[in-house]
Amino acid sequence: MHTLSISELAEGLRARRFSSRELTQHYLDRIAAHDRALNSYVTITAEQALLQADAADAALAADNAGPLTGIPLAQKDIFCTQGVRTTCGSKMLATFVAPYNATLVDKLQAAAPQGAGMVMLGKANMDEFAMGSSNETSFYGPVKNPWDLERVPGGSSGGSVAAVAAGLAPVATATDTGGSIRQPASLTNLTGIKPTYGRVSRYGMIAFASSLDQAGVVARSAADAAYVLQAMSGFDPRDSTSVDRPVDDYVGALNSPIKGLKIGLPKEYFAEGLDAGSRGLIEAAIKQFESLGASVQEISLPSSPLSVPTYYVVAPAEASSNLARFDGVRYGHRAEGAKTLEELYKRSRGEGFGAEVQRRIMIGTYVLSHGYYDAYYLKAQKVRRLIYEDFKRAFEKVDLVLGPTATGAAFKLGSKTDNPVEMYLNDIYTIAANLAGIPAMSLPCGFVDGLPVGMQLMGNFFDEARMLNVAHQYQQATDFHKQFPQGFK
Amino acid sequence: MSLSPEQVRQVAQLARLQLAPEQTEHYARQLSNILEMVDALSRVDTEGVAPMAHPLDMVQRLRPDVVSETDQRAAMQSIAPKVADGVYLVPRVIE
Amino acid sequence: MANDLHHGWEAVIGLEVHCQLMTHSKIFSGAAIQYGAEPNTQACAVDLALPGVLPVLNEDAVKKAVTFGLSVDAKIAERCVFARKHYFYPDLPKGYQISQYELPIVYEGHLDIELENGTTKTIGITRAHLEEDAGKSMHENFSGATGIDLNRAGTPLIEIVSEPDIRSAAEAVAYLKKLHQLVVYLGVCDGNMQEGSFRCDANVSVRKVGAPKFGTRTETKNVNSFRYVEKAIEYEISRQIEVIESGGTIRQETRLFNPDTGETRAMRSKEDANDYRYFPDPDLLPVVCTQDYIDAIRGSLPELPEAKRARFEKDFGLSPYDAKTLTSSRELAAYYEAVVKDSGADAKLCANWVSTDLLAVLNKQGKDINESPISAAALAGLLQRIADKTISGKIAKEVFEAMAAGEGGADDIIKAKGLVQITDESAIIRAIDDVMVKSPEQVAGYRAGKDKLFGFFVGQVMKATQGKANPDAVNRLLKDKLAG
Repeated sequence: MHTLSISELAEGLRARRFSSRELTQHYLDRIAAHDRALNSYVTITAEQALLQADAADAALAADNAGPLTGIPLAQKDIFCTQGVRTTCGSKMLATFVAPYNATLVDKLQAAAPQGAGMVMLGKANMDEFAMGSSNETSFYGPVKNPWDLERVPGGSSGGSVAAVAAGLAPVATATDTGGSIRQPASLTNLTGIKPTYGRVSRYGMIAFASSLDQAGVVARSAADAAYVLQAMSGFDPRDSTSVDRPVDDYVGALNSPIKGLKIGLPKEYFAEGLDAGSRGLIEAAIKQFESLGASVQEISLPSSPLSVPTYYVVAPAEASSNLARFDGVRYGHRAEGAKTLEELYKRSRGEGFGAEVQRRIMIGTYVLSHGYYDAYYLKAQKVRRLIYEDFKRAFEKVDLVLGPTATGAAFKLGSKTDNPVEMYLNDIYTIAANLAGIPAMSLPCGFVDGLPVGMQLMGNFFDEARMLNVAHQYQQATDFHKQFPQGFK
Repeated sequence: MSLSPEQVRQVAQLARLQLAPEQTEHYARQLSNILEMVDALSRVDTEGVAPMAHPLDMVQRLRPDVVSETDQRAAMQSIAPKVADGVYLVPRVIE
Repeated sequence: MANDLHHGWEAVIGLEVHCQLMTHSKIFSGAAIQYGAEPNTQACAVDLALPGVLPVLNEDAVKKAVTFGLSVDAKIAERCVFARKHYFYPDLPKGYQISQYELPIVYEGHLDIELENGTTKTIGITRAHLEEDAGKSMHENFSGATGIDLNRAGTPLIEIVSEPDIRSAAEAVAYLKKLHQLVVYLGVCDGNMQEGSFRCDANVSVRKVGAPKFGTRTETKNVNSFRYVEKAIEYEISRQIEVIESGGTIRQETRLFNPDTGETRAMRSKEDANDYRYFPDPDLLPVVCTQDYIDAIRGSLPELPEAKRARFEKDFGLSPYDAKTLTSSRELAAYYEAVVKDSGADAKLCANWVSTDLLAVLNKQGKDINESPISAAALAGLLQRIADKTISGKIAKEVFEAMAAGEGGADDIIKAKGLVQITDESAIIRAIDDVMVKSPEQVAGYRAGKDKLFGFFVGQVMKATQGKANPDAVNRLLKDKLAG
């Protein structure tokens, strides 16, 4: 069952070939068998999942079901789930149980027709507060890559991708602030999409960098991603940055022909730094697109080398502010025996946050502080506009931009933890889309030494349907995405 | 741009982070590396470029002035580390 | 002028007034803002800054800020931005306050105040920005701990910042009173200073008269009555002069006023809080006020105190003093206008009744005009009875007292007490005849030229009719009769 696509699972549930309870139990069994090796889940919600599955079976029997009703999923542990703890990968929230659901959780898990009726298997591990590119900053331990247990799954949505890649969930939610959906998808042979900023509500999603954070999905194909993205998107009056605009028919658009599609290849993305194996695979993919009727042309995104420096001002600045609320007073970790308020704050935060989070809080505090604001924060905001304008110009010429997702395949655990800057450069190709706010996705394009490699598609604002369509057409012609890691079959 | 251990201590104080003394030097080195990388921005000509605070070219939506929340103190305080008589407790603050 | 007290020195004062907006719900959440609720029962997930929650702006808060701005002739920003102001304090759950920094919604306004010497002074209003209030810290009664109540957190405020145009404590109070009256008039704020709806921080510095630059200023926080503002500023001016004259320097610091001692002292907390790290709040988008929106609010502005005063003087022929009294609040002015309209009586007569008799009763009963024991319609009813000569003005005072005591409407009381004026001339003549028969000496005296005795006869006739005889008729008929 764990190799079936979303539409096959939906079809199987409707035809009563298996119940949601059986399906859910199957995944729970697989989690029990395999997750010790992977550590992809922080919390497994078996009992609640079976109850949800029973409700889904009843809805299916009563014909009150939507297309996703009864299908299990893993929720990244950044989304608040009422009654189930939400840790955000941090010691700070080790016992935090939100009294509310994130809007996305309601949309995916409430019974049809209010929600999609999906079944939550558990909360997926992640880098602490989504800060990391290897899932090594999680307080709950690193996640292993199902393709090679000595390697990282990428981050910050490392638990989400490991669970889906190893068949411990059919699909998972994820978030992307600088590549946290796309880079891990690339490293685990998955399709992951970060939609346009504002497409999916951020309410109840624990904020890292508010102007960059966007929720999305990681799945085993573009079609699977389309189903789930369809259900989680849409306007939310509780999020001022949510866009009040109808959601396109992502599923319906999957089979449109892509003949005449104009793809731009940014020359800056194919410069030095990209590993040769990955380059070869992406060049082959470009040929594949051409054979499907697309045309390609070189474009330039001249400001793209500035993405990483811009991001490492904007994101830490916003993070230092967003994480100020974790003070040990109203919820979360509180230091024992603090005698003064000052001590309570400093020790609660010193103990509750890990090193990477502390680094980013300090960088953010520094760049916003008196005398440095103009040189760093304001400057970064100006450069951010230059990056945005690069894309604006590009989309006057082409429909989609194609390039690498990561500089190479998955790296070894521990190989980059001592050097933050080297770790940050992992996101060199993904960050620009967050700064510009445009949708971007990663999809598998082959293997280097048995390790998966992804390529990235970036689209214009709200062009998710077109991107998923193009990815789906590519996946109809290739079978990289169908490969499953040995040992988890 | 590099940060001295003393600057790290000041920033940590501003951010209310307790750092072990032996961490300060380590952080100073790492943060200096990050700032060095970020320094690329200072070489960019941004004359006449409007800062971009946000990817969306939208305006703030307004909410009707209605009370939509009810008293949830019991639920909210069930997750609080220290409360008494309905208030959150912190060590005595002297103004 | 107060400055004369400080020979050779001049005070430079700017005021920051925090004014709670009279909305139903909070500025960024749907929680209620009723004063006096049980602690933390009006603090929802957004107010408590739980993880993942987001602010959405209250439309009425924006409208009230614009309303205020228009009333002080200020500019309304076409596009204004919310910023985060960071500091750690337990009554500030997010670790930052959502406020406005570089682009406030209201800027460059002014307010004219009247000084004691009768001249007018214009005080510049630098800006008024929207922001959220913090919660409350309670330092007593928690066995050595501080208790935090977040009901107030997220209450909408405008912070109204004046230019440093104020030169004395008296000017500061005049400005504050004027501002207070204005925001209450506009319905923007309930003005309740005890409950903290209208709070003032005073920035005070001193310099030698004629010095080109301002001195170092201190900020005295949360001074919550007009009297305390006056005392706190006076104290601070004297203290600063003393410090400088004895060779010291003024530290830029936040000070707290102690109403018991009348002194200010430096605050211990919030010391290293001056690096606020403002930046635009990425959870909120720019607020745009279109010209149409501003015009619509301008069109619905109530008549402001100044304009109302001028109109009362012109249309009702009132003295400046009466006009000022009757326009001191919007409700009182409305009451007065209703009395004039409903009674059809002389506007000046109405003004006397309202500004003297009614206000005296309210004062005595400790009531607000909204709780007046005599409605405008009831008072108008009484004045009508004077106009139609049912009762005399003198009897009316008696009826008024009975009305104030809750004995009913004017007509009921007149009837129940038999106070209807005697206008029947034959009855009055009978009473006159009686008096003349009983007082032959006085009649003779009057007729011999003792004109002063006329008052004696009026008094006797009124006494005989229990004051109910129409005074005009008594005068006329007495004159005829006495003439013989």
